[in-house]
Amino acid sequence: MSLMKRISLIFRSKANKALDRAEDPRETLDYSYQRQLDLLSKVRRGVADVATSRKRVELQVNQLEQQSAKLSDQAQKAISMGREDLAREALTRKSGLTSQINDLRAQHTQLQGEEEKLTLAQQRLQAKVESFRTRKETIKATYTAAEAQTRINEAMSGIGEEMGDVGMAIQRAEDKTAQMQARAGAIDELIASGALEDVSAPQGGDDIARELDSMSSQADVEAELARLKTGAQPQAIESAEDDGDILEAEPERNTTEGGSPA
Amino acid sequence: MIIRILGEGQYDVSEDALPRLNDLDSAVESAVERGDEVAFATALAELLGGVRSAGMPHDAESLDESDLILPPADATLEEVRELLSDEGLIPG
Repeated sequence: MSLMKRISLIFRSKANKALDRAEDPRETLDYSYQRQLDLLSKVRRGVADVATSRKRVELQVNQLEQQSAKLSDQAQKAISMGREDLAREALTRKSGLTSQINDLRAQHTQLQGEEEKLTLAQQRLQAKVESFRTRKETIKATYTAAEAQTRINEAMSGIGEEMGDVGMAIQRAEDKTAQMQARAGAIDELIASGALEDVSAPQGGDDIARELDSMSSQADVEAELARLKTGAQPQAIESAEDDGDILEAEPERNTTEGGSPA
Repeated sequence: MIIRILGEGQYDVSEDALPRLNDLDSAVESAVERGDEVAFATALAELLGGVRSAGMPHDAESLDESDLILPPADATLEEVRELLSDEGLIPG
């Protein structure tokens, strides 16, 4: 027998087995409907969970990107100070971060895919639950035992298959996000502890980092000073020359650019 | 006939498309039997692609049972084995 047929038969028999049937067929309908609503809210939670994981990964990518930009900056400064060794160190760390970032991006894409799939599953189940409800009410209203049973069976097996499918989709999404969350948790811890800066410098780059830090804060001070010196005069003259509105044009702000004391 | 791709929904597929889909199905089946992951992934993608291109999405509100049910697009060979066994995959 073909693979398709075997899977179909097995899947269907499992789905049907999962539907408990009560003595009174009408109770079966209500009971099944209740299970459908439960499943529906489970899918909604599933969608929300995956979205939370996705946002967490987004946040981590942002943090790592900031870190990476900072390292680029430090490398630049180190070069301009003639410290090639420090620049190399910074760039090495940066490349370690880059592979982490790419990894997280791949996870992000995967989570996005899961989220879309579950959202669609939710919509499909929603539509079917809705028509099951209508069908259920009709069957109950016109209930005569003989005709009802077949119509109940039809409605039940159709929804049973959908429920089996959606139940499986949730299960798979949960498994996948659980794996990713474990890794995301590890990265969060690394970010929180500050250890991530050393991820690619296992031989303990602490001294170098400190030196780099102190040098770059010195450099910051120098750059700030330079900016203050050059920014002090010319601005006002240029804007005054623009056109005739001299009287109006100068609501003079006395704050020099970049003058904050930090 | 109605074919369900798990995790994706139901498609109406005309009988004309069946011989070709059966060929694709055999390729998946033999890959599963050989335990050949690579061939399995390719064959499954072709089979599902065949269903999608030959079929139209089935009315979302219908409560019809599918004639055939296929594994999800990202299923692993192991998962398909589980689908074919008595335990697992469909939570009771």
